[in-house]
Amino acid sequence: MDAKRVRITGRGIAVRGNDIDTDRIIPARFLRCVTFDGIGEHAFEDDRRSLAEKGEIHPFDEPHFQGAQVLLVNKNFGCGSSREHAPQSLMRWGDGIRAIVGESFAEIFFGNCVALGIPCLRVSEADAQRLQSACEAKPGTEFTVDVEARTVSWEGGSVPTEIADGPRQAFLEGKWDTTLELMAAKDEIRAAAAELPYFDDWR
Amino acid sequence: MMMGKSLYEKVFERHAVRRLPSGQWQLLMGLQLLHEVTSPQAFAALRERGWGVMFPHRNVATVDHIIPTDNQSRPLADPLAEEMFVALSENTRDFGITFLTPDTGKQGVVHIVGPELGLTQPGMTICCGDSHTATHGAFGALAFGIGTSQVRDVLATGTLAMDRLKVRRIEVNGALRPGVYAKDVILFIIQRLGVKGGVGHVYEYAGEVFDRMSMEERMTVCNMSIEGGARCGYVNPDQTTYDYLRGREFAPPEGAWDRAVAYWDSIRSDPDTAYDDVVVFDAAEIEPIVTWGITPGQSIGVSQSVPDITEFPESERPMIQEALDYMALPPAHPIQGTKIDVAFIGSCTNGRISDFEEVVKFIQARGAKVAPGVRALIVPGSQPVAREMIERGWDRVFTEAGFEFREAGCSMCLAMNPDKLRGREICASSSNRNFKGRQGSPSGRTLLMSPVMVAAAAVAGEVVDAREYFQIA
Ligand code: SF4
Repeated sequence: MDAKRVRITGRGIAVRGNDIDTDRIIPARFLRCVTFDGIGEHAFEDDRRSLAEKGEIHPFDEPHFQGAQVLLVNKNFGCGSSREHAPQSLMRWGDGIRAIVGESFAEIFFGNCVALGIPCLRVSEADAQRLQSACEAKPGTEFTVDVEARTVSWEGGSVPTEIADGPRQAFLEGKWDTTLELMAAKDEIRAAAAELPYFDDWR
Repeated sequence: MMMGKSLYEKVFERHAVRRLPSGQWQLLMGLQLLHEVTSPQAFAALRERGWGVMFPHRNVATVDHIIPTDNQSRPLADPLAEEMFVALSENTRDFGITFLTPDTGKQGVVHIVGPELGLTQPGMTICCGDSHTATHGAFGALAFGIGTSQVRDVLATGTLAMDRLKVRRIEVNGALRPGVYAKDVILFIIQRLGVKGGVGHVYEYAGEVFDRMSMEERMTVCNMSIEGGARCGYVNPDQTTYDYLRGREFAPPEGAWDRAVAYWDSIRSDPDTAYDDVVVFDAAEIEPIVTWGITPGQSIGVSQSVPDITEFPESERPMIQEALDYMALPPAHPIQGTKIDVAFIGSCTNGRISDFEEVVKFIQARGAKVAPGVRALIVPGSQPVAREMIERGWDRVFTEAGFEFREAGCSMCLAMNPDKLRGREICASSSNRNFKGRQGSPSGRTLLMSPVMVAAAAVAGEVVDAREYFQIA
């Protein structure tokens, strides 16, 4: 797949609520693994199950949201642990979540998403509601997340989004895989290490 | 006039390799701590791409999250846990990294082991694939929790891409009242500034309260910086820090000690630092704190009542309602008297010697016994902590009082090993997170509090004010 993330179009899925933490996105018992394979099917598992027990249904279980790729959320999404398992589970659920739009994101979660090539864009509270309502009113609605133009659009309209320049540029250029970029500076790294008094165990 | 610099700025600048095209900084990491949960995929990526580890000697690994605390003999009873243990053994062996297994007698929760061995030092950058890495900030290090892709970055290059953060100085002045502990101080700060209050910031903890604290207390505070939204938190190093470090296995050797101290002194925040923000609290305001909800910010003083939904602005109500529904504690009723099923003392927040020492003192003085029907776990944070407890005879004190004395690990802090809540159980816990399902049962409930408050709850069978219960004056 092309590493550039300029425009992403896919069906939407709304998961409402503020402060949805990483343990809810992927309960810790599913982290006992040495690869991320198969982790997608457990995304939101406990929330899904507890709703099912009450006779309700979580969006991730709704048949008409299967295959959705644009996740619509609210404030402080992904707070809690630094474990990358959370975005990994989302990108491995169904056809894979490929972009997230919400009011705000927890810092480490956002960084993990960048490293995996999943743009997270911020919208206002009112726009988050509009997007979620549009998605719920008509399941199957396609949303286009335009990283370049910083917008999210669908048949009912278009709203502005925010994303910091650094990550945006990295997505547009397909340079979100940081390891290669960091490796390019091997000599500078060694030089910086040599300057630190402790780096060689105080020798 | 030139303004002074904060420790954050000085250490950041000393470790900055270069500015990246993205606008972020490439930052050299002085130490990476590894554990079994967030490292296997990073090592797999290295193997896939044929990369080596750039600075093997700046990486140290241990097992903590998945390790059982009742029987650590191999193979581990849970095959998935065993597989993760094996993966870490192979990865550390193949890449030449020190692995502190249980046979070394040095294993434990990663954030307890680092400081205990003297690996954690002032003026370092430290990272670990775990959000509670901020713990190491107690030494005046910049310590960041990172994701697995970043673990890979640090293995391969010794560096990370980082944004520069703002610095908020949090001063707590005056004296803490008896029965109020470091845990209450950080729970109070999070209650006041909110679980998102620290986003984009580093917290510098300063003032009389932190100056007087022991290293272990400072670690408890820094540990929970992330629960307040701050990526890291630190205390400027001082004589307390140096006294703690001297003589530890990986601390600077005597010949280099003065050089080390000179470096550490040089990275302290200058008196004329221009902080992005300063918040000041009065220590006398703080009482023992208990959480009533599903975030560490949803807390009250032990003398207070669980809030009623009408106390909150309209916009916050759906979240509050969710927490109240999940916890099912009667609103507008005192939190005291809430029956508990389980008591847990341990974790990287409160699993150190001084935590247990304080509890032992009160248990012994009162000849206290765990209330019938309460399951109470004492889990040392590391093997050295466990050994010292046994040497001091505390294992017997606890067992005779009806507590289970376990082996070192994360245990009931999270649900990755056999120690778990069952069903709707309520746990009084010295750990750091009360998220839904955190302690292993999807409907299990957690009340965060200090170790002494947990012990009082274990003995009373319900939440009580430890100050009255143990007559702490
Ligand atoms: S004790 Fe808890 S918070 Fe600390 S490292 Fe272990 S699981 Fe994480």
